[in-house]
Amino acid sequence: MSKQIIDLDNVVVKFAGDSGDGIQLTGTQLTNTTALLGEEVATFPDYPAEIRAPQGTVGGVSGFQLHFGKNIFTPGDKCDVLIALNPAAIMANINSIKWGGTIIADIDTFTEANLAKAGLTPEILQGVKQNYNLIESPISSMTKECLIETDLDVKTVIKSKNMFALGIVYKLFGFPLKYTEEFLEKKFKKKPELVEANKMVLQGGASYASAIQAIPSFRICTDSNLKGKYRNISGNVATAWGLLAAAEKANLPFFLGSYPITPATEILQEIAGRKDLGAKSFQAEDEIGGIVTSIGAAFAGNFAATSTSGPGLALKSEAIGLAVITELPLVIVDVQRGGPSTGLPTKTEQSDLFQALSGRNGESPVPVIAASSPSNCFDYAYKASKIAIEHMTPVLLLTDSYLANGTEPWKIVAMKDMDVITPKTVSRETEEYMPYMRDENFVRSWAVPGMKGYEHRIGGLEKMDVTGTVSYVPANHERMTMLRDSKIKKIVNDIPEQTVEGVKDADVLVIGWGSTYGHITTAVTELIAEGKKVAHAHFNYIYPLPQNTEDILKKYKKIVVCELNLGQFANYLRMNFPQYEYRQFNKVMGLPFAVADLKESINEIMEG
Amino acid sequence: MAENKYTAKDFKSGQEVRWCPGCGDFSVLAAVQKAFSELNHEKEDYAVISGIGCSSRFPYYMNNYGFHGIHGRAAVLASGVKVANPKLSVWQITGDGDALAIGGNHFIHEVRRNVDVNVLLFNNQIYGLTKGQYSPTSKFGQVTKTSPYGTIETPFNPGQLTIGAGGKFFARTIDVNVKESVEIFKFADGHKGTSIIEILQNCVIFNNGAHSKITDKEERENNQLWVEHGKPMIFGKEKNKGIVLDGYKLKVVTIGENGITEKDLLVHDMTEEDPTIHNALVNMKLPDFPVVFGVIRAIPDKSYDQMIVEQIESVQANSPVKCMDDLFNSGSTWVVE
Ligand code: SF4
Repeated sequence: MSKQIIDLDNVVVKFAGDSGDGIQLTGTQLTNTTALLGEEVATFPDYPAEIRAPQGTVGGVSGFQLHFGKNIFTPGDKCDVLIALNPAAIMANINSIKWGGTIIADIDTFTEANLAKAGLTPEILQGVKQNYNLIESPISSMTKECLIETDLDVKTVIKSKNMFALGIVYKLFGFPLKYTEEFLEKKFKKKPELVEANKMVLQGGASYASAIQAIPSFRICTDSNLKGKYRNISGNVATAWGLLAAAEKANLPFFLGSYPITPATEILQEIAGRKDLGAKSFQAEDEIGGIVTSIGAAFAGNFAATSTSGPGLALKSEAIGLAVITELPLVIVDVQRGGPSTGLPTKTEQSDLFQALSGRNGESPVPVIAASSPSNCFDYAYKASKIAIEHMTPVLLLTDSYLANGTEPWKIVAMKDMDVITPKTVSRETEEYMPYMRDENFVRSWAVPGMKGYEHRIGGLEKMDVTGTVSYVPANHERMTMLRDSKIKKIVNDIPEQTVEGVKDADVLVIGWGSTYGHITTAVTELIAEGKKVAHAHFNYIYPLPQNTEDILKKYKKIVVCELNLGQFANYLRMNFPQYEYRQFNKVMGLPFAVADLKESINEIMEG
Repeated sequence: MAENKYTAKDFKSGQEVRWCPGCGDFSVLAAVQKAFSELNHEKEDYAVISGIGCSSRFPYYMNNYGFHGIHGRAAVLASGVKVANPKLSVWQITGDGDALAIGGNHFIHEVRRNVDVNVLLFNNQIYGLTKGQYSPTSKFGQVTKTSPYGTIETPFNPGQLTIGAGGKFFARTIDVNVKESVEIFKFADGHKGTSIIEILQNCVIFNNGAHSKITDKEERENNQLWVEHGKPMIFGKEKNKGIVLDGYKLKVVTIGENGITEKDLLVHDMTEEDPTIHNALVNMKLPDFPVVFGVIRAIPDKSYDQMIVEQIESVQANSPVKCMDDLFNSGSTWVVE
């Protein structure tokens, strides 16, 4: 029997095992190697829901999926190759392996006790064997074999079995081991014995894979033509960098007040580490403290932001209103997760849209922007900051767990190419400063403590137009409400027109917003390749909506809005443009869309 | 003495002051305006930050930078201002409800962090703005609109709370004692770190006379002990009463009785880090003890805002990343030709 060679444009690989098995590290290594080889790549780490769920149980399975090759927009629906380091890893992923796909399982872990813990009965195992290419590999014992001559303790030896698995995967795709070897040299600089041991195991895995006939080889046909300098970036880091970049461009000190919350914490962590850029981070005692310190910092002349997830956004509502009425620049990042309440902290969802748009007391308009890929979190964080600073308003940036934890190559930008950001700092020429004097965009100017001659008071009580003194005058309140509203509506002039991808005279317009871009694009591209007349409009600017939104909607016979909630954006469009009919495709499983499901539903709508 | 650059008038805004006639807040406003005019800051470097409550209207009546926040959040608003611009002299105006009920969490954490903010805690033991409900400092058993049969809650003692949260500065004064308040405010401004100043304030409308036993003209010399650093703790109309340490406890003694002389009295040391005596002092209650006033605790230490700047400076001195472009190109990158 000769080795099977599988040719593919792109491939989806998933590592899965106990949370102690080093899955995330292994996945990151494969990602880095893939990226360094110039492949397009997208990843999705899948953390166990429970902290330290019992070993060997389905609840304790940690996963890392990556998709690489040509035209990569998502981490992929189902995997071609699953590396399962225990029986639970198979059970947890049984529905996410492609029919006939390859499962490389550590057979040493298939003890009676482990099988029972995972609920992997002999019948299920039989089914797995029939439907998939299950390769039973003695990964644990071969790892021990590799290290038999070292005097490392058993725990350390077993810990390195992830490198054996990685070695197998490198061989599958004909990838070099050198990038991971370099990484190991750096990581264990002070423990040369561990460098050697891990390298030996990595090579052991590679040799094993080339020796075993049953393990296929893959040939990935890429013709990447995306010239430039790249780095890998996750959505959360990209968000943090977008904020920092805006502060640098605007020449303002940066301040982040925040409170740890899954899945947004990494933003706070990244900023906390950026003291080299002079960024100040303030880990407050709660969510409210996070945003209110930021409002204080904005009053004091910093460019300030706060980061959170849905439950935290709820706690910040009152304070967002304070930023609205005091008209201070502020970016609020909501990394959405499954809700309501604590919901699904580690899972993805787009169900905070209504909260972002209107979850505050009073008439409290706030621009809402959504990022749509891990790397463009940078662009939209930057744009949100630009709007906040130039329009003196809080801005809500929506990302979600899927974007936050996902990584992809990011084409490095140069700061000189970024849009200029001009703070509304009061000009020295102004003769008599009044805090609520406005320019043609209804934007007030910013005078900060320390500036002589502009001393003034602001606060949460309604303000008299222009002068900013406290006012309970009925007509003034209405006027100020209108002014605040108009100010946000005017931002429409500063956002780009909505674009549409796909077929010009399409029968169906597929609408999405935020993080579903990759899945919808893939589905639409595949449908078009199959001869279907489909177009796709993906919204990043939610409030205000782009000026040409209605021009787009009116062109199509059928509109379907796809989102990871029960139809919030669809309802928002119904409210704004009630003259059109909106069909919906929704999913609320805490998971991204699957391309296959999207295609099926779009097809149904086209036929129906 | 050098001429002051400003007078109290320079800190008066044009806004009509809207507290009830006779409210203790008026005297505090006067004391703050006087203290500001005598301190060495430029007018534009003062920031007065408040939460919600009667006293929190304060910023509107000052003529410097001010921010009237939302209920309970004065501490975090002020912390944000100070950390963002450590050059400012930041004053937080807050009440017993604002600081110790809805904002209790922020209060203890502000104290713990030691952000360099001067906190004026107006303690009138009642909710005034909402018209007379009990607060976390209302006396046990007090009858208010929400405790028609008397409260069944033990009140907070702000001094104890401050010291318990690791506070480095606590002072106490009385609304009408403008002269003493001015001195305390000025001293607090020089202290680097969170300075908690409890002001016994009289709400004439909803809790009139809450502090009258302490402030009563006839009895006040017997009922108030004003401490001064390095001086023995003497009080009383005849200046013949004093405080001594008796075992673990404080005790009131009379000079000249039982062989007690001034030398036997406790000498106030506001810089003592051990909180035992400071705690005992702030806990003194009528009728067995006088109530303590003045600067009770003032321990020099680094403030949060100072340390964050130092950390930034030391990281910047050693990091190759100087700007965003450096950051973008740091670590592992690759080029697609
Ligand atoms: S209600 Fe009391 S505290 Fe409030 S302004 Fe009137 S007297 Fe002062």
